[in-house]
Amino acid sequence: MHATDAVAEARRMMEICNACRYCEGYCAVFPAMELRREFSNADLSYLANLCHDCRGCFYACQYAPPHAFDLNLPRTFAQVRTETYEAYAWPGVLARLFRHNGVVVSLIAAVALAAVLLLTTALQVPVVLYGVHTGPGAFYAVVPYGTMASVGLSTFGYALFALAMGFARFWRDAAAGSPRAKPSALWRALCDVAVLRNLSGGGYGCNDRDESFSGLRRWLHHAMFYGFLACFAATSVATIYHHVLRWIAPYPPLSAPVVLGTLGGLGLLLGTSGSFALKFVRDPAPGAPELLGADTAVLVLLALVAATGLLLLGLRASGAMGPLLVVHLGFVLAFFLVLPYSKFVHGVYRFGALLRYAAERASGGVRRPPAGEQ
Amino acid sequence: MADLAQSCDVLVAGGGNAALCAAITAREAGATVLLAEYAPCDFRGGNSRHTRNFRVMHGAPTATLTEAYGEDEYWDDLRRVTAGETDEALARLTIRGSAAAMPWMERHGARFQPSLTGTLSLSRTNAFFLGGGKALLNAYYRAAERLGVSILYGAEVRELHLRDGAIESVAVDIGGTTATVRAKSVVVASGGFQANIDWLRQYWGPAADNFLIRGTPYATGRVLRNLLDQGVMPVGDPTQCHAVAIDARAPKFDGGIVTRLDAVPFSIMVNRDGRRFYDEGEDLWPKRYAIWGRLIAQQPDQIAYAITDAKALTLFMPTMFRAITAASVGELAGKLGLDAAVLANTVRTYNAAVRPGAFNDKVFDDCRTEGLTPPKSHWAQPIDTPPYHAYPLRPGITFTYLGVKVDDRARVLMTGGRATRNLFAAGEIMAGNVLGRGYLAGFGMTIGTVFGRIAGVEAATHACH
Repeated sequence: MHATDAVAEARRMMEICNACRYCEGYCAVFPAMELRREFSNADLSYLANLCHDCRGCFYACQYAPPHAFDLNLPRTFAQVRTETYEAYAWPGVLARLFRHNGVVVSLIAAVALAAVLLLTTALQVPVVLYGVHTGPGAFYAVVPYGTMASVGLSTFGYALFALAMGFARFWRDAAAGSPRAKPSALWRALCDVAVLRNLSGGGYGCNDRDESFSGLRRWLHHAMFYGFLACFAATSVATIYHHVLRWIAPYPPLSAPVVLGTLGGLGLLLGTSGSFALKFVRDPAPGAPELLGADTAVLVLLALVAATGLLLLGLRASGAMGPLLVVHLGFVLAFFLVLPYSKFVHGVYRFGALLRYAAERASGGVRRPPAGEQ
Repeated sequence: MADLAQSCDVLVAGGGNAALCAAITAREAGATVLLAEYAPCDFRGGNSRHTRNFRVMHGAPTATLTEAYGEDEYWDDLRRVTAGETDEALARLTIRGSAAAMPWMERHGARFQPSLTGTLSLSRTNAFFLGGGKALLNAYYRAAERLGVSILYGAEVRELHLRDGAIESVAVDIGGTTATVRAKSVVVASGGFQANIDWLRQYWGPAADNFLIRGTPYATGRVLRNLLDQGVMPVGDPTQCHAVAIDARAPKFDGGIVTRLDAVPFSIMVNRDGRRFYDEGEDLWPKRYAIWGRLIAQQPDQIAYAITDAKALTLFMPTMFRAITAASVGELAGKLGLDAAVLANTVRTYNAAVRPGAFNDKVFDDCRTEGLTPPKSHWAQPIDTPPYHAYPLRPGITFTYLGVKVDDRARVLMTGGRATRNLFAAGEIMAGNVLGRGYLAGFGMTIGTVFGRIAGVEAATHACH
């Protein structure tokens, strides 16, 4: 991580926080901070990605603005996080996509959608595109299976590879000097991800909207995260059906792919729309307004993927199936394309930070000086 | 004078922990309550916003407290730190009240954090607020608003009109306009006078100008002064304040916890003239923490410097301000504006007096000086490993001891001992009744909570019957 203004500001704040430590009950950032006396650029990259933006520390802070010390950890860490996305992006030449990321994500989505639409209308006769198709292979009458699978697999595969490279870059830099992560640490980190332990504000909830506590954001994120996993599971099951059992989509309403996909789609829709709304009703003070575009762009894209998927399911027996399938696949393609170059990467680095934290906790090798009297 | 004829059952002067406890309790007892907080909303809460815990009696381990802390042990601790300058009846009332306070606090939004492994030795005696005192206050303000307490920010209570042992009306300045508030009862919870440098100067002379005030700049003692001028009985030594040594680079007010410095036992302390003046290793730091403010206040220009070397830098809590660092003692003296020859001589003389021993920062070790005046009794190591480090320190005032005398119903007493009829006090303004000197971590918040609740009930009872 390079020295930037945001990194320097994060260092200034951490040095104040480390002399205070009142917030150590909120999340992992503060116990991790307490293991250090000095904060390298890499340390700050690690700590910024460990921050889940629960904002508890902002409202509890006796030094929050307008105090002269001007501590606003959630905002500064959000800025540093975005810089780390750029610093660890693979390949490096595409790192610039993280600048004006809201616009970038929107443009890629528009281009992907337009490309899929244009290609289908160019290659498919209207009578097929707008026709009613039922029975096995209905979807593939509109978009051939081979095309769908090869484009999907190659773009998603690329995204996963690019994310893995990003993770490797994060781990080399921001986790340099970390103790070896044993299986127990890996398990702990996975549990932290699964329950979003660090969005529980020490057990009482986060400051989702203002200084009052709520678990809303955590539940909305759960809806998105598990919704996404359910959709992924639906696709995986469908792949097995297709290749192993030779059952060809569409599947009946009570089949595993449809049930998983429906639940996943509803979860995604609920989670994204709720999170989107929350961004506009919450207190802007601890946020970084310049990141609003990037944050909302991915929410809207995910919501569109989910909404078109659900619509497709509902109207698959009608003549709207063809156009809806094309639009849905367009948004899915956009999602795969922007995956490594948008807010979605936060999950990869957050996991990396949690893994390092779990490893540091397990090693327990750093002595904590006793905090004295008030 | 604008007469808003703001009438309410109970007026609470102040906006810290004690004030909120009183306001919430009075409101829940059925009274209409107006709370006048001098500070603007962003800085509400007095010194409570800088606190972290409260000391609580408990018979068995709880979710956040280890072991037990009984009434008698609590009372022994208090008697020891105050050297008897306390009132046993009121003290035991406070101690017993602390046990009942905790569930009340939780009902009103207080959140406590479990004792984390390896944290303070205080985890047995003190319950820690999740996020600290400001988080507690946020919860209390929300509770008060929900209950319908009227809250005025930037509202300074300037005069209480006391006649025949009762408050008739109260003058409150709101944004430059003085309003008269008629309340059936008044609770004063407006703190001490530590932020009033002119008042401190009466006892400390020009030295007071060099004091830093660790907490709120709004604790001007205006209500306290006004009441004492009208014949209310004082309590506590007016000349005394709780003063610790804090980083001299701290802001004049509101620097809070992060300006503290725990480097003293691992340093030598020199004054403006480059000379040592007190045994830095006299006792374990938590027990000596609070004497260094006074010691530095007695030095020329009220400044001192902790001088240490590379060996010591990780022995104490990290500091907000970085150490001033140099490759040699002479260079360090230059950076501090001290006489290089004198400082070098002080360090040389000290180093020569250090006896070899087994250094251990956790216990009274045998690292001490011999034939040095003043001695360094423990943790004395030669200052010989560059880079050399220094921190400048000044007295940091936490609170003052002067207050108003109260009885066990939080009623303010007039000189002569007669109780006022509708005037109650809670928090720092009456803490001197129980804590006449010394310091007991988290006890200020206990006094504020217990007496805040008593004052709230009594004020509401008086107003509504």
